[in-house]
Amino acid sequence: MIEVNREGEVWVYAEQQAGTLRDVVLELCCKARELADRLGVSAGAVLVGAKLDGLPEQLIAHGIDHVYVTADERLGHYQTGSYAEVICHNIQKHKPQIVLYGATPLGRDLAPRVASAMRAGMTADCTDLDIKDVTEPRSKETHSNLLLQIRPAFGGNIIATIVNYDMWPQMATVREGVIAMHDPDPKRKGRVISETVPLDDTLFALKLIEEHIEPRSINLKGARVIVAGGAGVGSKANFRLIHELAGAIGGAVGASRAAVDGGYIGKEHQIGQTGTTVRPALYIAAGISGAVQHRAGMEESAKIIAINNDPESPIFSVSHYGIVGDLNQVIPMMVKTLKERGVAE
Amino acid sequence: MPYNSIVLVKQVPDTANVTADAMKADGTVNRGALPAIFNPEDLHALEAVLELRDRFGGTVTALSMGPPKAAEVLRSCLYRGADRAILLTDRRAAASDTLATSYILAQTIKTIGDYDLVFAGRQAIDGDTAQVGPQCAEKLGIPQVTYLDQLVDVNDRVIRVRRDIGDGWEVVDATMPVLITVVESANKPRPPRVRRLQRLKRARVPAEVVAEVKKSMRDASAEQREAEVARRVDELKKQGLLIEQWDLDDVKADLSRCGLAGSPTKVFRVQSIVLTKDGYTEIPATEEGVRQMIHELVVDHSLG
Repeated sequence: MIEVNREGEVWVYAEQQAGTLRDVVLELCCKARELADRLGVSAGAVLVGAKLDGLPEQLIAHGIDHVYVTADERLGHYQTGSYAEVICHNIQKHKPQIVLYGATPLGRDLAPRVASAMRAGMTADCTDLDIKDVTEPRSKETHSNLLLQIRPAFGGNIIATIVNYDMWPQMATVREGVIAMHDPDPKRKGRVISETVPLDDTLFALKLIEEHIEPRSINLKGARVIVAGGAGVGSKANFRLIHELAGAIGGAVGASRAAVDGGYIGKEHQIGQTGTTVRPALYIAAGISGAVQHRAGMEESAKIIAINNDPESPIFSVSHYGIVGDLNQVIPMMVKTLKERGVAE
Repeated sequence: MPYNSIVLVKQVPDTANVTADAMKADGTVNRGALPAIFNPEDLHALEAVLELRDRFGGTVTALSMGPPKAAEVLRSCLYRGADRAILLTDRRAAASDTLATSYILAQTIKTIGDYDLVFAGRQAIDGDTAQVGPQCAEKLGIPQVTYLDQLVDVNDRVIRVRRDIGDGWEVVDATMPVLITVVESANKPRPPRVRRLQRLKRARVPAEVVAEVKKSMRDASAEQREAEVARRVDELKKQGLLIEQWDLDDVKADLSRCGLAGSPTKVFRVQSIVLTKDGYTEIPATEEGVRQMIHELVVDHSLG
């Protein structure tokens, strides 16, 4: 761990794959900028890999002041050991007060390894971050400007706020899609700092045999409108109604876990705690009862319409418009109305 | 070549099935009303090492950390074929965060000693952090492979696994010793074997025996109860039904790294998610209703 260091920067781990930054990294840069401004410090990013051309500029455009780059041919493929070593080296050298990681599979593989090596705290899967003074309940000691790490826990049934008083850096993984992005400013200035880290062979313990990347066929996070179906749709065949409405409205197709488990649609469409978190302008939930795990992934949507034949469904509690009725009748009505209005594509 | 495996298992509240019975009047969760279950992904970790043991020989040791009642998941491991089970239970370990928990588990694994593989579920459903596996690996100084979704092969101390990397997968080779975390698609866990269940259902950790004696001998003196505990423990031992119970001293843990003191992260505030019943606009399920709603959405630019 490092000592409490109030001058320390706010950092982002700039996860990249094959020379492309993850979407969540750019979201984190916007958040790091905001937190750094509130703390009166700089925002930094740690970038690790082999071919990293153009990436520091992108990070700077999204709000980063200092990009710490370690480029090495051997770092072309992600490995927990070598990447963790680079990050620990940078933390020990520059003593940031906060380090944020995307809660991607690789981010969740790397971050705890770093935390363990640093003997520092780590909070997984945050959905929100804040800065506040916190009084320790036992000692009554007040710690100024701590990072509040806010996350769902207990299967999404509670929201816990976690703090780290003194075993710094304060570190967290943050879910993709929960931070609002700002437009990049290509004219922003920043500094790129090259960091050479000694890496011995034992840090490359895994041997890559084969790799298969599936391009994301759907872009739920970028969708302005999402039409999602749940168990109430009833069957895979009937899920065509959801596709039809999404087509008529120009939206993406989402699903609850129950619909995915029922085989109505692929897992890549799943929205909720174990799927994608979304915040579209309009979210239409059809036949979704609205378990907390699902609501956690969509309740930030600007407008929510729920269609369900059970008026007691919890989905209505987060909705702006509620239609108590049979989706098999309501959806065709919506498609028809949309087509008449010419909103449809 | 035989391989010795340790599998980390956890007893968790069944958070996935929070039913109306588990909700209090104010809309918050009543944890006590949730059944305690075997953490789902840990069952897949157990299955993976049992399959390896069945194929190559060696041993499977199940390890859990928790209160005495967590021995239930260890019995479950024994029913399915684990060779040995150990419960690390100690009040001083309470309130450990993932860093302290992984320290204690790593100390326990070091005390067990001779191992080639450590397997665990990717994450537990009460915390969903997925941190304890990687942190244990770091403390043991061994490589980790997370999110295993297919165990491809094992050959001369090299294990080949396919792991989920979110937008695809990769196949990697790791040389033992290594720690691996497993997701649900990895395999299909076997059910308990009836004959093992019949034989092992009476297996207990000493702390459970203490609790049972306390309950059944309410009026007896402390000495009488102690003697009864000693007698029962001895009997279980003779029958091979005593599950090993260790505490922090047994694993030479540095107490400043355990429990609340060893936990950098502190829970500052917990809010139960309460269903808000503030109003929504109810739209009648008619063409007129739907048309009016879509009109409003177009007007406020949610649509179009």
